[in-house]
Amino acid sequence: MSTAKFKGKWVPWLFMLPTLIILAVFLYYPVIQTFKLSFYRVAFLGLKTKFAGLDNYIDLLHDSAYHHTVWVTLVITTAVVIIGLGISLAISMLANQKIHGAQVYRFLLIWPFALSPAVAGVVFLFMFSPGFGVVNYLTSLVVGHELNWLGDPTLAVILVIMASVWKNLGYNIVFYLAALQNLNTEVLEAASIDGANAWQRFWHVTFALLSPMTFFLLITNITYSFFDIFGMIDILTKGGPQDATNVMIYNLYRDAFEYYKTGLASAQSVILFLLVVFVTIIQFRTSGRQVHYGG
Amino acid sequence: MRRKTRDEILTHIALIIIVLAVMAPVLFALAKSTQTRAEVYHFPPKLGFGSAGLFNYKVAWTQYDLGLYMKNTLIVAGIVMFFKTLFSMLAGLGLVYYDFPLKEWVFYFILFTLMMPTEIMIVALFNEVSNMAKALGLENSYAVLTVPFLASATGVFLFRQHFSSIPSELADAARVDGAGPVRFLWSILVPISWNAIAALALIQFIYMWNQYIWPLVIIRENEMQLIQVGLRSLTNQQDTTNWGLVMAAAILAMVPPMLIFLLLQEQFTKGFALGQEK
Repeated sequence: MSTAKFKGKWVPWLFMLPTLIILAVFLYYPVIQTFKLSFYRVAFLGLKTKFAGLDNYIDLLHDSAYHHTVWVTLVITTAVVIIGLGISLAISMLANQKIHGAQVYRFLLIWPFALSPAVAGVVFLFMFSPGFGVVNYLTSLVVGHELNWLGDPTLAVILVIMASVWKNLGYNIVFYLAALQNLNTEVLEAASIDGANAWQRFWHVTFALLSPMTFFLLITNITYSFFDIFGMIDILTKGGPQDATNVMIYNLYRDAFEYYKTGLASAQSVILFLLVVFVTIIQFRTSGRQVHYGG
Repeated sequence: MRRKTRDEILTHIALIIIVLAVMAPVLFALAKSTQTRAEVYHFPPKLGFGSAGLFNYKVAWTQYDLGLYMKNTLIVAGIVMFFKTLFSMLAGLGLVYYDFPLKEWVFYFILFTLMMPTEIMIVALFNEVSNMAKALGLENSYAVLTVPFLASATGVFLFRQHFSSIPSELADAARVDGAGPVRFLWSILVPISWNAIAALALIQFIYMWNQYIWPLVIIRENEMQLIQVGLRSLTNQQDTTNWGLVMAAAILAMVPPMLIFLLLQEQFTKGFALGQEK
């Protein structure tokens, strides 16, 4: 496979040049700059920068508001991953049954693939608005009073999780359905003949065979909760109430573009970057090479 | 047999409920987008179609610049789709059909960029691009919205993988016929790579259409703004928000990527060879 089919010393470089230049200029350079900026501090409304060593990192380490931001990110990520993947797998298994019209059901389930976090945010903001939102009307019928989804810290976190799970549903189902359809049914039949019950068949055969896909989706859902969630948070809660939904990427954005604390924001970028590197290393260790479907 | 039919009916019922539940937010948005302001704020909420018809859509499209945002986003997504596919194919060609020193280094150089999403370096990228744009007089242009995104590891690796799976006799035959690499790419690789091309194009289109943080920070003129940030500005006037209008805008914003997805869904599954053992 590695045998060359064409000769030429500089021709391959010519072919790779556009990609390599763009990756160097717009990915490597800003990442290196981010590391550099994280050791500096901006003063006098951005007019002066001075070297600050590890001060930005030390500040973050001692800042309980930042600890809260990390905690919120982890809570939302965990919930989105577990609830989202659980629901998606259950729906995919059901839609994978051999029944009439299975194609139609599949079609009707995967369309949210293309949903954007902002659109999901806008629709959920309206549905859960106090006063005229339809969800509040329903809750007032059931519980007897309205719930303050956007004003109560716990409810706001739940709202963000629900909107995120909904937004990711199409994506997860597309990949789970594809994996289920490629599943070797002989193993399932053999397990059935061996007297395995439905639960055993699911857990020991289906779930085990699906684990590479589950792992891939785990990574993409974590990536969503770290980064893509930004648009949804910005529209739905703006990090509130009382910073309850202030995830790391949103906190970083505000520090950088609202408070102009460039150095502090860059230090947060570096921390996020290290988290991504950590997750990626785990991905490579456990699943070998997998294509990333983001950008 | 009877038990089997009963099970099947139960599966149908469960699936219908699930489909409706998944669709509910969009159906709700769709219904509200056709209601007048009075109908939207009516209590208890009205869930059927209203009497505004397409009025909200018209207002959103013209008075609230949805048409403009969609045009901008379509152009930006189109440019990125085209050039990223082209550049990724060229890089794939170089990586698969040539031997050269440092090949492994190039591979890792590209691979590591998977760990660098835009959001992670947003501050530095913003500084860099706004300085460049200022120097070149390209502020608030399609260039600042597209150029940083014209290359990706995803694209290169998709084509690298795809080209590697093509029998090497094809390239040998091409060489015997005296075809150079460019003709080989154009008349042999492209025609047999449509699934991979469509898969990448689809991913890129959706990715660019849904972009949020980058246009939010880099674009300062409403004339050049993209659709997702346009949606944001519609919801930002809290007290006066006309929700029928916002829902019409949300529906409009989700139509193009959804159409493309449904259109290319099959090629997408084949192009990424989903689930096949490698």
